[in-house]
Amino acid sequence: MNGWTAITSRLNSIVRGYRSGLLTAADYNNLCQCETLDDIKMHLSATEYGPYLQNEPSPLHTTTIVEKCTQKLVDEYKHMLCQATEPLSTFLEYVTYGHMIDNVVLIVTGTLHERDVQELLEKCHPLGMFDSIATLAVAQNMRELYRLVLVDTPLAPYFSECITSEDLDDMNIEIMRNTLYKAYLEDFYKFCQKLGGATAEIMSDLLAFEADRRAVNITINSIGTELTRDDRRKLYSNFGLLYPYGHEELAVCEEIEQVRAVMEKYPPYQSIFSKLSYGESQMLDKAFYEEEVKRLCLAFEQQFHFGVFFAYMRLREQEIRNLMWISECVAQNQKSRVHDSVVFIF
Amino acid sequence: MSSSSSWSQALVKVSPYTFAAIGIAISIGVSVLGAAWGIYITGSSLIGAAIKAPRITSKNLISVIFCEAVAIYGVIVAIILQTKLESVPASMIYAAESLRAGYAIFASGIIVGFANLVCGVCVGIIGSSCALSDAQNSSLFVKILVIEIFGSALGLFGVIVGIIMSAQASWPAKA
Repeated sequence: MNGWTAITSRLNSIVRGYRSGLLTAADYNNLCQCETLDDIKMHLSATEYGPYLQNEPSPLHTTTIVEKCTQKLVDEYKHMLCQATEPLSTFLEYVTYGHMIDNVVLIVTGTLHERDVQELLEKCHPLGMFDSIATLAVAQNMRELYRLVLVDTPLAPYFSECITSEDLDDMNIEIMRNTLYKAYLEDFYKFCQKLGGATAEIMSDLLAFEADRRAVNITINSIGTELTRDDRRKLYSNFGLLYPYGHEELAVCEEIEQVRAVMEKYPPYQSIFSKLSYGESQMLDKAFYEEEVKRLCLAFEQQFHFGVFFAYMRLREQEIRNLMWISECVAQNQKSRVHDSVVFIF
Repeated sequence: MSSSSSWSQALVKVSPYTFAAIGIAISIGVSVLGAAWGIYITGSSLIGAAIKAPRITSKNLISVIFCEAVAIYGVIVAIILQTKLESVPASMIYAAESLRAGYAIFASGIIVGFANLVCGVCVGIIGSSCALSDAQNSSLFVKILVIEIFGSALGLFGVIVGIIMSAQASWPAKA
């Protein structure tokens, strides 16, 4: 019960209340039957998303629905962050750093392809915004990026490993994203270990899964690129079930079947990979999401730990992804594919 | 070192009245600490959980009452103990009988105080879980209430032993 106060306790029960507002399988079944986006809005109006969508005029767009649903998550997050005391407030801030990294990468990549900054800013995830984000566009290389903008953000310490004077290009940026993410996950992991107790126990499981999933994704995405084995090895986080032997094996993989062979040695991942038939690597994402949701739901089974906050945020994000997919399928008349990527939470 | 300055001498030289008074103070003070701690754990969870599920509030006041009962145990025992605290002639104050009575009241207070402290924390944590699970699924309330009753029985054990113990306290008769 490290850092457990009346406020934490109250927020903990509030977040459990939020959790009971997540869409259920019945809701998803109804949503999947919808013919138009207005039907979706009607179904959502009976859920907690109702107040956020009720004043939206027709015709609706997928982006509007996603934006409003994200707004709800952001409002809930801010409500919790306002009330949280140390160390919970630091913990909650850690949860958003992932979005911050994604936003930095989004802006930098967009600027590289000469997109309008304002347009890019609209696409950023609202949880990962920071004050000076618009100035990211002026940076030409990583050193400038760091010196001009990021030194003032919480991401600054994570940059120490990837400062080079090379000009930014697509490959560089992708490596930067993964290096940052690695540093972020390791830092978050260390922070949770420091908190100790049930928080450390549950969060290390969740973060280890995240790290392992990233390791697999990095491996699969880097097959056939010029990334050397040593460089690839450097992008894996230094914890998790695959660390260290699995990483050595993943680093030398040249094709997806080899990745599968490596992963099948680990019992928790065996079930994920055995579900996929050969050549179906695009289904891997869904399989990982399903496993993640299962683990996140388990975090609610214990009391007196911070993992529930992390789990709730992640579950809500998954729900928004589901809604986005359903809306897109409905909007584009592809209803046969609606079940391809929806992960039921309950 | 002479025997008069050793620790065992110091303990014997403490007045039995002091021991008895400290015992009474511990019995009520620590019990109330346990009850307060329990209400704090239960109450903070209850308030948060009641935001999304207001129906749980009145039902879950039972958990708070269980914690409160722990403080009442402490009060009852403190009252019983203070009736045992009698005055004896100054010449009899260090008599074996007086020392025995002082220690008995002291031990009784400690037994009741600490039994009720842990009982209060136990009931508080279960009460907090009770509020959270009731908010998710109302059929769980009765089941967890049974656990809570067993938790609050722990404090009663302390009270029973404490009262029996205090019956040992008999001061020397006035001359």
